[in-house]
Amino acid sequence: MSLLFKNVKELIYEIDGFIDTVEEGILVFREGVTNYLNDEKKSFAEKIERIHHLETSADKLQRSIDDKFYRHSILPQNVSDIEGMLDQLDEIIDISKDNLYQFDDELPYFPKELIPDYIHLVETSTEAALSVMPATRVFFREPTKVRDMLNKVYFYEKETDRVARNVKRALFHDFPDLKLSQKIHLRYFALHIEIISDKAEVLADTLSIMAHKMSI
Amino acid sequence: MILLFYLSSGLFLGWSLGANDAANVFGTAVGSRMIRFKTAAIVAAIFVVIGSVVQGAGANLTLGKLGSVSTVAAAFTVALSAALTVYWMTRLGLPVSTSQAIVGAILGWNLYTGNPTDIHILIKIVSTWVSGPVLGGLFAITLFFLIRKLNRKTKIHLLYRDAIIRMSLLLVGAFGAYSLGANNIANVMGVFTTALKLPPIDMGFFVLNGTQQLFFLGGIAIAVGIITYSKHVMETVGETILPLTPEAAIVVVLSQAMVLFIFSSQALSNALQSVGLPPIPLVPVSSSQIVIGSIIGIGLYKGGKEIKYNVLGSISLGWLATPIVAGVVTFFLLFFVNNVFQQDVGKQPVNKTTAEVTIDSVHNASPTVKDTTYSLQTGTSQQTGINNRPHHTLYGWWISGLLLLIIAILFYLLKRKKDKIEVMEKRNAQLEKKYQLEMENLQKSFTEKLNHQEDLNKELKFRQNEMVTMAMSIIRKNEFLSKLKEEIVKIKMVAQDNGLRHKLNNLSLMISRDLSLDRDRERFQMHISEQNSNFILRLTESYPSLTDNEKRLVSLLRLNLSSKEIASILNISPKSVEMNRYRLRKKLKVDPKVSLTDFIRNF
Repeated sequence: MSLLFKNVKELIYEIDGFIDTVEEGILVFREGVTNYLNDEKKSFAEKIERIHHLETSADKLQRSIDDKFYRHSILPQNVSDIEGMLDQLDEIIDISKDNLYQFDDELPYFPKELIPDYIHLVETSTEAALSVMPATRVFFREPTKVRDMLNKVYFYEKETDRVARNVKRALFHDFPDLKLSQKIHLRYFALHIEIISDKAEVLADTLSIMAHKMSI
Repeated sequence: MILLFYLSSGLFLGWSLGANDAANVFGTAVGSRMIRFKTAAIVAAIFVVIGSVVQGAGANLTLGKLGSVSTVAAAFTVALSAALTVYWMTRLGLPVSTSQAIVGAILGWNLYTGNPTDIHILIKIVSTWVSGPVLGGLFAITLFFLIRKLNRKTKIHLLYRDAIIRMSLLLVGAFGAYSLGANNIANVMGVFTTALKLPPIDMGFFVLNGTQQLFFLGGIAIAVGIITYSKHVMETVGETILPLTPEAAIVVVLSQAMVLFIFSSQALSNALQSVGLPPIPLVPVSSSQIVIGSIIGIGLYKGGKEIKYNVLGSISLGWLATPIVAGVVTFFLLFFVNNVFQQDVGKQPVNKTTAEVTIDSVHNASPTVKDTTYSLQTGTSQQTGINNRPHHTLYGWWISGLLLLIIAILFYLLKRKKDKIEVMEKRNAQLEKKYQLEMENLQKSFTEKLNHQEDLNKELKFRQNEMVTMAMSIIRKNEFLSKLKEEIVKIKMVAQDNGLRHKLNNLSLMISRDLSLDRDRERFQMHISEQNSNFILRLTESYPSLTDNEKRLVSLLRLNLSSKEIASILNISPKSVEMNRYRLRKKLKVDPKVSLTDFIRNF
């Protein structure tokens, strides 16, 4: 029995570590994009390296969590739901890493006038993702409180949609000097940033359903 | 060896009890994979044996009062009948209880041997069949309420909660197994305790008396049943009446264990008596019934919507059928054993045979005459058996016939209900499959249609674009030619040379001719007519008075071309196009608020 409690303690530690890693990954993504937009090349390169390490460590933790859940048959009735939720968390850090790499690979050109808009977009989008993290932690301790914590996620997701639409509209309406290819390129980067909040919304929905299931 | 043979029916009954009833203790925990079968089986086996040996005597006493089966052959037959009933009803998929089977079998023995049945004891036992599940339900409601409250108040991590639930399931399961052994061992070995007297064994720390030795053997049989055959039952239990969460499983098993413990604890009964309360009837009760009572309790606490009441109906019928079937089987088996194998199966105390009277007279000096007669019945029954045949009255046969009829009716009803459910389930499955297939086909054809529609739309768009491009090229060419003509006219005005003027004049005429007889335009108009043939047909059906020129205009408007562009294509002035549009609007009776182009495009 003590072995069971020891395994559970380790698993809790790993789950908390996994959520922390994803959260840090989102923050690094935010900082990385800001660094790129402000042309802080050195800091941007550091962020690229850091997010790579964070993503690798998140993957390792997730594999270990998976293994422990199934090997010790912990929470057998809810394990698939929890695994699904952890997958969605992992997807956020994966996308953050891929997006940051896209900045590095494609070197998009941002007109100066658009930089504040893009910074606002990345802040709102990552805020949605960061808001879902406390709900993820609370799910394991007080599932009934999860729903109260998700309103912020939905708010920031909608806000991100609005900001992204404004950015895209401005791109095609207010910058006649930009080539169409540049406009399309920048539109894709708006989409890349926007998708983080969309993933956070999907995770929020999953958490909401899981919390409801747990309360029955 | 002969002892083991006689005990084999009891051991078989114990084995079947272990195979079936262990699922009531660890079924949900194993079924939901909270506890591994191996762990559950080991814990259940150990505690069931301990419970049987330590606390099995209480319930056995009451069962003995109902009918003290006095010979080994009779005990063998009674246990065998109960075991066969349990086995047969389980095979038929009917709900069955070992407790009720053994009571029915003892009643069958009473009936066959003419021994009187103590109605008070029978009522006491039957009342526990009702009070057991009711008590289980009440316990379950209280415990469920407490656990829910505790869950809401504490902020334990989900994974720690899971570990605590596992530990609780194991502890509660151990208690359940102990209580199961304590309460139900009387079902397995109770009938042998009067007929078989074993010498006590000194184990050093404690002494095992004859009854305890029998209970130990019975406990081992139950343990073997758990280990060898309960896995499948455990893995499928829990979904029959109400799907159980692990918390609910703890409540159900704990309620069951408490009820079984209460109905088997002599110490608790004595304690109650010492404070002036009535004693607890120590009776073997059905663990399955208590489990059902507990699950219903939880279901009622949750609002009662999830309870599958139809299962309860068939279970109740099974409860009634079990003792009757066991009684009749015992009656006939006793008749068989008694008459075919010439074994003594007990005697009527009132109508003593000559042999017994002789023995009684030999020992009439002794103050314990009854005891001596009793020991002779158990010890030398095989010698006196033939003479000890009971008297079967016509009345007994009538009762048996009636019981058989009742059983037949009960079985018919149960079987019909079961068949009906099976047919309905089959039909539901078929309908579901059919519905699924139809849905898949519909979805497939819908996707195909969508794809086709998409292709058609693409084709249409492509054609329209082609026509627009063609129209635009004609317009541009005509504009260029008109400009060229204007320039030629200007040069002609200032030209002095007559030869040059003549040539310029010819050139201007050539351009004018080309403008009016443009092959591209003709080709375009042909193309337009071809592409819009269906549309024009529909339009002509609705508006038969439309002229060819108007139809051509409609086709061009459908391409969303402006009046100026149409004018260029048709080689008429924009003003004429406007006029034609006006006329067309009147003919088509288009609402002034609606644009003519929109009307045509949406037609």
